[in-house]
Amino acid sequence: MRKYAPSGGRRTWGRILFRWVVLICVGGYLLLPLLSMAEFSTRGAGWSRNFDAWKHIWTTDPLLPGAIELSLELAALTVVGMLFLLAPTMVWVQLRAPKMRRIVEFISLLPLTIPAIVIVVGLAPVYRHLSPLIGQSPLVLAFIYLVLVLPYAFRSIDASLRSIDVETLAEAARGLGASWPQVFFRIVVPNIRQGLLSAAVLSIALVLGEFTISSLLAYDTLQVEVNQLGLTNAAVSVAVALAALVFGFVLLFIVSSVGGGRRRRKQVALPAEGGSNQ
Amino acid sequence: MTLSQDASLAETGGGSAAPGLGAHPAARRRLRKRAKGALNYLGTMPFLVYVGVFLFWPTYLVVSGAFQNNHGHASLANIRQVGTGNHLHALWETIQLSLGTAIAGAILGGLLAWAIAEGNPNGVFRRMLLSMSGVLAQFGGVMLAFAFLATYGYTGLVTKLLQTAFKLSPFSTANWIYTLFGLGVVYTFFQIPLMVLIFLPSLDGLQPQWREASDNLGGGLWAYWRHVAGPILAPSFVGAWLLLFVNSFSAYATAASLLSQGSPITPLEIRQYIESELSVNTGLAKSLAFTMVVVVIIVMTLYALVQRRAAKWKVK
Repeated sequence: MRKYAPSGGRRTWGRILFRWVVLICVGGYLLLPLLSMAEFSTRGAGWSRNFDAWKHIWTTDPLLPGAIELSLELAALTVVGMLFLLAPTMVWVQLRAPKMRRIVEFISLLPLTIPAIVIVVGLAPVYRHLSPLIGQSPLVLAFIYLVLVLPYAFRSIDASLRSIDVETLAEAARGLGASWPQVFFRIVVPNIRQGLLSAAVLSIALVLGEFTISSLLAYDTLQVEVNQLGLTNAAVSVAVALAALVFGFVLLFIVSSVGGGRRRRKQVALPAEGGSNQ
Repeated sequence: MTLSQDASLAETGGGSAAPGLGAHPAARRRLRKRAKGALNYLGTMPFLVYVGVFLFWPTYLVVSGAFQNNHGHASLANIRQVGTGNHLHALWETIQLSLGTAIAGAILGGLLAWAIAEGNPNGVFRRMLLSMSGVLAQFGGVMLAFAFLATYGYTGLVTKLLQTAFKLSPFSTANWIYTLFGLGVVYTFFQIPLMVLIFLPSLDGLQPQWREASDNLGGGLWAYWRHVAGPILAPSFVGAWLLLFVNSFSAYATAASLLSQGSPITPLEIRQYIESELSVNTGLAKSLAFTMVVVVIIVMTLYALVQRRAAKWKVK
């Protein structure tokens, strides 16, 4: 079991110094904009501070509360869809159709490589065709959001599934007379709840930050509204943006802290490979 | 072993029975087995149908639309247009932007990942940095554009500080943010943290024994990085760099928020053509989108090749 010096060797002063120089310079480059947002949104006349922008988040823009509500609803729908479509499929594949595993994995990771801006070009006609079936409420965005969160949700759930022996558990349960739904809900789900939790959190964060598709399909989600607000009231929009970033940070931090237990800390996936919301 | 395989093993006993007799028990068993196999695949149908509708159908429409004119007939006109004047220029700018920010992001993010890997693997500090990286790399979008403006914009913190310190006139210092270079600086905000997320696992995979072996053989810091860590990390580093390229290449939200007019890069050109959807040229939007897909496919193929090399040193 290795401890504090992952790349081995002696921890010389030079190495420690270089580490801190890197942390301060590169970390500073990343932190500076966040500090600037805090400064900008609390700016009074000259260099004085006031919190007017933060106080007026709810009153400045009458459309903002509705946009926040829409984004939260979309996040909830996406999570529900993810839990009822992706999770059962992954468990099913693991237990009943192992040959499909690579295919499901490949498809799930595909949205990382197809740019959202490309999907949206082909999406408008799809939604037009489907509108008699699914209607035209802004909530239909959840359908495409579910596709966008697939890679992140897949990784999280996959890490959890790999850490337990699903086959044996399921066989034992079946042998004791459990039905398949019972196996799924009472055996598998409790064992992968960590992965489901982090998949859910990543999905929420992704949906709350989504801009490309909602803006081009002209739906008024949180990011679209914040962007609009930026044109009229910069201070308030920066305050909302900072609040959203901090909210996302808290979500991810909680998941990384709750999760993993002692066994598989590394795999409690903070997502990797391919950003999606830029 | 899975349950379905188990079930099929139990039934192989009746394999030699005569075919064609529906009533024969062995034949019935075989039929049931096949039905069960089909059922196993049927279980994945909801998922496959769903991604078929919401992922493959739109993608198909883009690809097929790229080879049609605006009346739905097969035509190369739109594809040809991508290769001309402004469109080609925008594509080239997008590629340059992606190359540049991927290099900057890979180097700075690689260093930051190293600095994180040096610390306690279970520490709060590491988890905070990783959570922050996750937010900035994946959920930033529009918010990063605001962060950038609050920092380097006309009334941004850094601009104001510079003005106070050097007595510069307000409008002489912030023009650069709307250029390609400015876009590069703001893209680097999400490239660095993404590099951290992608590259950290490779750094964690460096075994301390390798360093000790190098030390014991009399190798110094340079020898270790030149002959041991460097060659091991190189494929993952290149792979990560390619992913950063794709990330920047397909980025849209930050640029769209920053530049509400003008289309210096391909994603913003696509916006221009679909926002005026009914009037003008959706075929051109599809051709541009198709071009992006082609570039991404090329880069991801390279990535897959590099990954194969990177897997060599992965310690299980």
